[in-house]
Amino acid sequence: MSTQRLAVTKEAIKTIEKLKVLHGDLVFNQSGGCCDGSAPMCYEKGDFYVPSRNVKLGDICGCEFFISADQFEYFKHSHITLDCKDNFEGSNSFSLETAFERQFVSVSRIFTDEEYNNLEVQ
Amino acid sequence: MSTQETVLPLARPEFKAQYENFIGGEWIAPTNGNYSENISPVDGQALTRIPKSSAEDIELAVSAATKAFESFKTTTVVERSLMLNKVADKIEANLERLAIAETLDNGKAVRETMAADLPLVVDHFRYFASVIRSESGMVADLDPETISQEVHEPLGVVAQIIPWNFPLLMAAWKLAPALAAGNCVVLKPAGPTPMSILLLMEVIQDVIPAGTINIVNGPGAVIGKVLSTHPDVKKVGFTGETTTGQLIMQYATENIIPSTLELGGKSPNVFFESIMDADDEFFDKAIEGLVLFAFNSGEVCTCPSRALIQESIYEPFMKRVLERVEAIKLGDPLNPTTMMGAQCSTNQKEKILDYIRIGKEEGAECLIGGEAYDNPAHPNGNYIKPTIFKGHNKMRIFQEEIFGPVLAVTTFKDEQEALEIANDTIFGLGSGVWSRDAHQLHSMSRGIEAGRVWVNCYHLYPSHASFGGYKKSGIGRETHMMMLNSYRHTKNILTSYNKNALGFF
Repeated sequence: MSTQRLAVTKEAIKTIEKLKVLHGDLVFNQSGGCCDGSAPMCYEKGDFYVPSRNVKLGDICGCEFFISADQFEYFKHSHITLDCKDNFEGSNSFSLETAFERQFVSVSRIFTDEEYNNLEVQ
Repeated sequence: MSTQETVLPLARPEFKAQYENFIGGEWIAPTNGNYSENISPVDGQALTRIPKSSAEDIELAVSAATKAFESFKTTTVVERSLMLNKVADKIEANLERLAIAETLDNGKAVRETMAADLPLVVDHFRYFASVIRSESGMVADLDPETISQEVHEPLGVVAQIIPWNFPLLMAAWKLAPALAAGNCVVLKPAGPTPMSILLLMEVIQDVIPAGTINIVNGPGAVIGKVLSTHPDVKKVGFTGETTTGQLIMQYATENIIPSTLELGGKSPNVFFESIMDADDEFFDKAIEGLVLFAFNSGEVCTCPSRALIQESIYEPFMKRVLERVEAIKLGDPLNPTTMMGAQCSTNQKEKILDYIRIGKEEGAECLIGGEAYDNPAHPNGNYIKPTIFKGHNKMRIFQEEIFGPVLAVTTFKDEQEALEIANDTIFGLGSGVWSRDAHQLHSMSRGIEAGRVWVNCYHLYPSHASFGGYKKSGIGRETHMMMLNSYRHTKNILTSYNKNALGFF
């Protein structure tokens, strides 16, 4: 079986399901830079225009998860687990979960050589 | 260390238990009645309660700004200049209180808010107060009977969405040019730092016309889109990360309005071997120039987060650098002797620790730090030890903006390799070049793809030196009078003094 780039925690699933009820289909895009830059951003599908050259890392709970092509260059060796935490301090983003004092985070680790060799797209 | 024991932390000012939105010159409760606790990263304690606003409050604010613009647009430059100078004077008179509030809201050391953040805020209003007095439009005699005038007119109501790393300074960078150009503003502070700007509004509310500045706090997911897509908003200024930047540009297409974006950075700070030709004051300055990665706890878009050191001097230079990093005094951010304060939020602290873990997993060598700092003064605050990794530029800690006191160091052989590494990044905001060779300084500063190259210096932010990004670091230039034109229309008045018809019809 080929290596998956993404995983999701139960906490993240709970928040995704809650957001789906309110907003319908969702999409994730890994951000970069500045204050909240390492966080994945969650929007209503169609509200965020996913840049056509972005790379799809996989699906989470039926939602596509993207990253920009140039960021993918240095993310390609990393496995990402989408987690969600409390965030009572707020953020600077428009990501949907921030309305509920929650925050999606991308927890990453570097693939082992064996995992990396089993990726469909390296 | 004796000074450490004798210098006491600055006293905390009294804050109100609850603040409101500032709309139309008044303090207005959020329509939904909801508030959130504003937690200080210094000690994890709640400072006050802040509105958790909704779309209705944005409507009120845009409406108040629209109403205010009707009269504000007719103000003269003399009136606006006087207003901005009064704003600066008021802030200056309350500098210490605002600096302490900024430290408690953001976590940064009070040494920095007193010496950098607040004085720069004051100066920024004075700068824009002065430049609008001395500029003019353009007139061209196109032919003896045809005169072309280029005149400027404000856009109207503008939205400004600011980050949490310099809450007051980033507000000043955006407010001063917008007001100087004659616009009215609806400003959304960042979630983690909603308070200091409200204290600033208390200080200046009597010297600005009602409705010219409106502040609405609340979650970006709830109020960000409604503000950015509002048909009465004529421009959006944003500082933050790339995806929200893209989203704001996309929203701006809905109403065909401009946006300016200041996004991330991964700034190279390049040290050539000639810095060690003498062990003098300049070499001392260069050491500090590298250690400035710890300025503002590393939470700066232009943080010199990649140090590129010529391999011939790497060992002796790093030895001196590490001594200087070792001497960074952590402690109570309110103590004027503390050199580095807290990270802005628990999430930010965890994110930085996650990058430190990634750096170790990638095989980078941790030279110093590499862990959280248990602050005896504030066990529940968010503190990280200044950290230096040695590795190579393809590692994630060299490519991603960590936004913390984490420096990634690598070496280069010659100027060509230095330039290749410096430009091998998706960002292009800040950069630094250190050398005693004038030709090298010139070729590097022209070769680096970034909006700001600090030459034999770093982290200076004077007004009248433009600031902005190449590549994915954004669009637009702040801190310079050229920013005025991104807050106003250019109108061409083309006048003919010829009494005769064209002759076509």
